[in-house]
Amino acid sequence: MSRVLLDGSEAMAEAMLLAGVRFYSGYPMAPSTDLLEHMADKLPAAGGVFINAETELSAVNMAIGAGMTGFRAATGSTGQGVSLMQEAIAECALHETPLVVFTIGRMQQDYTQSTRGGGWGDYRTICVSPKDVPEAFELTQLIFHLTDKYRMPGILLTDGMLARTHVSIELKPQEFEALPAKDWALDGTKTGTGKSRNYWTWNMGKHNNPGVGPSVHWTNLAQKFEHVAATESRWEQRFTEDAEVLVVAFGTAAKFVEYVVEEMRTEGLRVGFFRPITLWPFPTNALERASAAARVVAVFEINAGQMLDDVKLSVCDKSRVRAIGGISSDRSGMNIGPMLDAPVIRARVQTLLEDGR
Amino acid sequence: MTDFIDTSAPPDHAVKKAAFGPKLLLSENHHLCAGCGHPVAVRIILEVLEELQLKERTIGVFGHGCSGTFNTTADVDVTIALHGRAPACATGIKRMRPDTVVFTMQGDGDMVSEGLAEIMHTAARGERLTCFLLNNGVFGDTGGQMTATSVLGQRTKTTIAGRDAAQHGYPIRIADVLATFPGVSFVARASVYNAAGVFLAKKFVRRGLEHQLEGRGLSLVEILTMCPTGWFVPTNAGPGYLQDTLARDYGLGILKDSSTG
Repeated sequence: MSRVLLDGSEAMAEAMLLAGVRFYSGYPMAPSTDLLEHMADKLPAAGGVFINAETELSAVNMAIGAGMTGFRAATGSTGQGVSLMQEAIAECALHETPLVVFTIGRMQQDYTQSTRGGGWGDYRTICVSPKDVPEAFELTQLIFHLTDKYRMPGILLTDGMLARTHVSIELKPQEFEALPAKDWALDGTKTGTGKSRNYWTWNMGKHNNPGVGPSVHWTNLAQKFEHVAATESRWEQRFTEDAEVLVVAFGTAAKFVEYVVEEMRTEGLRVGFFRPITLWPFPTNALERASAAARVVAVFEINAGQMLDDVKLSVCDKSRVRAIGGISSDRSGMNIGPMLDAPVIRARVQTLLEDGR
Repeated sequence: MTDFIDTSAPPDHAVKKAAFGPKLLLSENHHLCAGCGHPVAVRIILEVLEELQLKERTIGVFGHGCSGTFNTTADVDVTIALHGRAPACATGIKRMRPDTVVFTMQGDGDMVSEGLAEIMHTAARGERLTCFLLNNGVFGDTGGQMTATSVLGQRTKTTIAGRDAAQHGYPIRIADVLATFPGVSFVARASVYNAAGVFLAKKFVRRGLEHQLEGRGLSLVEILTMCPTGWFVPTNAGPGYLQDTLARDYGLGILKDSSTG
């Protein structure tokens, strides 16, 4: 199969088409605008519907409507735009509508938003974060599969650097297990039959066919989220067995950290690498095991310390955990700054190694 | 043999002689207050859906508020959108399933206060939807606060001395606004405070849905309904209050019908 040179945004757009996405609505905001423009260009040509919405609120609620009908639907934005979508993302989780939200951040400051969210209720959102463009292409397809499988919202969290980096990739569809028919989809066919549907977060059903009601429904959902947490965490780890310093990173930053760790390993330095691919569910048990022998667990992220919380929750004896990242943007505040550089990361890891001597 | 009702003397107790409920209503029980106009409006909508033979091809998107509570008793495939967002949600549904009939049913708080952007832009896009606004000029579900359609002078819990333009601003005449949009093909305002109003409301509801079936633009049917609880008037004073306030200020009739030029 031939390879094509695409930036991250276009790679994700192509992956959406391969995943069978039929609806995309969004509102422009750098650096997520490129994805919006690619979908405006590609989706109608593929027989789908694209809507340039008036607000992020409308964009996400349109996508919810489309998702309720059983077709694959998505929206996307950046930091503040996704903030506006929080109520709707929570609602999706609670009325079990599959929906994918692309969060193209400026730095890595959307970790807490993507993994915790700001919506109402006992809800969870699957979140995947690719380290590079080829993986973004794969995880885009995966997140649509997972959100359909579990009938819940999913977030693909990445950043402007990945979205604007051109890499040659193979446009290869992923293979997934077959999914059950969407017998829950809202299609109007039950109207007037006495078996009509009531698609609602309270799961009240109809007068003649009552649903379980909110207390039981939300408890059932909580159990579903526990199951997802127990079965769907994904991660990558290298050189963890004898690592004195284990460096944990996600997304684009993890690509840099991986390079640094490989380089230091060739020099015989005992450093290791751990990368959560799913940020929720966070690979807590895997990190606990991988970090068991490490003297220091270093967290490198381009923010003031967000994934740090999850690492502390995972590692036995959190006094071993050190934050070695930080906020770093250019003057515009729109792009990742100079901290994301292999020599900078190496120096910080090196300091931790030497501290132990 | 018809069992005629003996009207020569008052009955000893209430006896149900016949059921005239709409076929698409699963139960006549509801949680709304005595004197509420919403059930009348909902009945009209359900009757018209039946009469236009829209069974098995209709999806309703309800708003939050008193009208939304019919989600369990209307025999319609229904979802409840987030507050104010029904037109956006309905847009996604209709675009994915263009062969279905999709309607929204929202109160004035839902459509004109919380969801003004959604209804305006959905109308501007000319989505093939029928939007029903059940307008009683007050947040009934939360106990009687001012909405964007409360009329000047109206007493609510947040305009104790009456809505004063200088302090609270002017009401939004959403139907009049939407009638100016090229994407909107039918706009009408009716009321349910008397039998003539109910008759007219039903005619408008039917025409609004027909516009969608004919593939024209968005249709908006505003139905003024009584809310004696939220207006702080006796139950039986509701119809008169509606006639003297909202109906007088907003006016009734067809504001736009693109099919008749």
